[in-house]
Amino acid sequence: MAQPRVVFPNKVLPYLLLAPQIALTLVFFFWPASQALYQSALREDAFGLKTSFVGLANFRAVFDDPSYLNAMQVTAVFSLATAALSMCVALVLATSAERIVRGKTFFRTLLIWPYAVAPAVAGMLWLFMFNPAMGSFAYMLRRAGYDWDPLLNGDQAMVLVVVAASWKQISYNFLFFVAGLQAIPKSLIEAAAIDGARGAKRFWTVVFPLLAPTSFFLLVVNTVYAFFDTFGIIHAVTGGGPAKATETLVYKVYNDGFVNLNFGSSAAQSVILMVIVIGLTAIQFRYVDRRVHYG
Amino acid sequence: MIENRPLSTALAYFWLVIGVLVVAFPIWYTFVASTQTVRTILSPPLPLLPGDAFADNYGRAVFGGLDRIGGVSLGRLLFNSTVVALAIAVGKIVISILSAFAIVFFRFPGRMVFFWMIFITLMLPVEVRILPTYKVIVDLGLIDTYTGLTLPLMASATATFLFRQFFLTIPPELVEAARVDAAGPMKFFRDILLPLSKTNIAALFVILFIYGWTQYLWPLLVTNDNQMTTIIIALRKMVSFADADTPWDMVMVTSMLAILPPILVVVLMQRWFVKGLVETEK
Repeated sequence: MAQPRVVFPNKVLPYLLLAPQIALTLVFFFWPASQALYQSALREDAFGLKTSFVGLANFRAVFDDPSYLNAMQVTAVFSLATAALSMCVALVLATSAERIVRGKTFFRTLLIWPYAVAPAVAGMLWLFMFNPAMGSFAYMLRRAGYDWDPLLNGDQAMVLVVVAASWKQISYNFLFFVAGLQAIPKSLIEAAAIDGARGAKRFWTVVFPLLAPTSFFLLVVNTVYAFFDTFGIIHAVTGGGPAKATETLVYKVYNDGFVNLNFGSSAAQSVILMVIVIGLTAIQFRYVDRRVHYG
Repeated sequence: MIENRPLSTALAYFWLVIGVLVVAFPIWYTFVASTQTVRTILSPPLPLLPGDAFADNYGRAVFGGLDRIGGVSLGRLLFNSTVVALAIAVGKIVISILSAFAIVFFRFPGRMVFFWMIFITLMLPVEVRILPTYKVIVDLGLIDTYTGLTLPLMASATATFLFRQFFLTIPPELVEAARVDAAGPMKFFRDILLPLSKTNIAALFVILFIYGWTQYLWPLLVTNDNQMTTIIIALRKMVSFADADTPWDMVMVTSMLAILPPILVVVLMQRWFVKGLVETEK
C-alpha cells in the first residue's frame, strides 16, 4: 500500500463496511483471548466459589506436570512424523506427475480428493481397516504373526494417527510441490541435462534446492496442521490414549478444560499455545516475504 | 520432456499408480463395507468388491433414523452440515470482501489498526481459546443453534488478505473512471469490483465450503442436541470399538455420506479448488 491510490472520499461508509468483521473479531477472538490470559493467572477453589489471583503459579504447575511434558513430546513427534511422511510421499508423486505426459489431469484428480475428507473421518477410515475387532489389515497382520493392537499399544496407536493425518495431507502437499516444480525454469533443467547431470543427480543438485522455498513453506503449514487441525483425528481415533501415548497439546487443553474442568490450567495451556502459534505465524510470514525472490 | 528415458517414465507411472491406490483405498474400503451386512463386516477380511446389501443399507440409513444417536435421520444431519458449510463459506466471503473493500478503497482514521486487528486473528485459532469462546456462546444463548455453529467461524483474515491483494492489482484508472462518471462507492463495488472478483470468489468458496464441512472441535462443543449436530460429529458418536452393538453397516453408510459432498465439490470445481488452495496458502 505504498503508492498513493485513488480512493473514495466517504468518511462513515468504511466503518460500516468493516463493522461485521470487527464485531466478530472482538466478540469471538479478542474477548476470549483476553479472558484466557486473565484466567491463566487465577485459581478456583474446589467448589468453584472463590477465585484468587495466583500470578504465574498456573504456568509453573503446567510446566512441572509430567503429563504436560509428555504431551509436548507427543506433539513434537506427531507433527514432525506427519509433516515428513506426507511431504516425502507428496514429493515422489509430484516429481512423477511432472515426468509423465499422458494422464496428468487424470492422476491429479485422483490424488486431490483426500483434501475434502474431514480429519476425524480420515482417522476413522484408517481405524476401520486397522482396528483389531474387524479391520482386514489388522486381521492380516495378526495372521502374519504380528501382535497388532493400536487400542492397547501406544506406539502402534501413534503410527495409526500419523498415517491417517499424513494421508489426508498428501493432496495439499502434492498440489504445492507440482506448482513449485512448474515454477522451475525449464532452461535450468536443460542446462543441467546438457552438462550431463542425469536423473537423481539432477534432482538433488538442481531441482531440490530450487524447491527449498516450497518445502520450507509446506513444513510450516504441515506443522500448524498437525498441531491444530488434527484434534479431530486424535479425538475420534484414540481419545489421547492408550495411556496418554497420543495426547497432543490441543487435545490436552480440551481434555483439561471440558472433561477435567481444570480451568486455570487449561487457560495457562491456551496461553502457551498462543505463543506457539504466534511463533509459527511469524516464521511463515517472514518466509512469505522472502519467497518473492523465487517468483 | 528433456530426454526420453522410458524406464524412468515407467517408474513415474508406477509411483503414481501406487499413490492413487494408497490415496483411494481407504475410501474404497469404506464404500465396500457400506454395501455389506453387519455380519460380513465383522468377520474379516472384507471382500474387495461391493456386496449386495447396498440398497438395503442405504435405504435404512437414509429413510429410517439412526437409533444409535437418538433416531436422528441422516437427511437431517446432511442438512445441518450443508447449512453450516454454506453459511460459513458465504459469511466469510461477504464479511471479508467488505472489509477488504474498506481497507483498500478508503482512507480513514484507524485503518491500519483495523487491518492489524484482522491480521492478529490468524494467531488465535479456536483451539487456543476453546473455553472462553465456549463461554461467550453459552452467555449469548447460542448453544444448539445454527448461529452458534457458524457465526464465530466467520471472521477470516486469510480471505480478507486474498481480496485485499486482488484489489490492490485493480488499476486506479478504473476507480477514477467510476468517480468521473459520478458512481458512488457502492455502485463501484457492485458493478465493477464484484464482477472482477468472480473467479476469486469461486476459488475461495470451494476452500471455505470444505473448511466448514470438516469442522470438528467447534460443532463438538456447541451442540448437545443430536438434532443440531453435523454429520461428522454424529459419525463420531455412533462409533464405539468397545461396544459390541455398534451398527457398523450404518456407520459405513454415514461415513460415505459424510465424505461424498465435499469430494464432489472438490472434483467438480477442481480448477477453482487448485487456484483457491495455492493462492490463499491457507
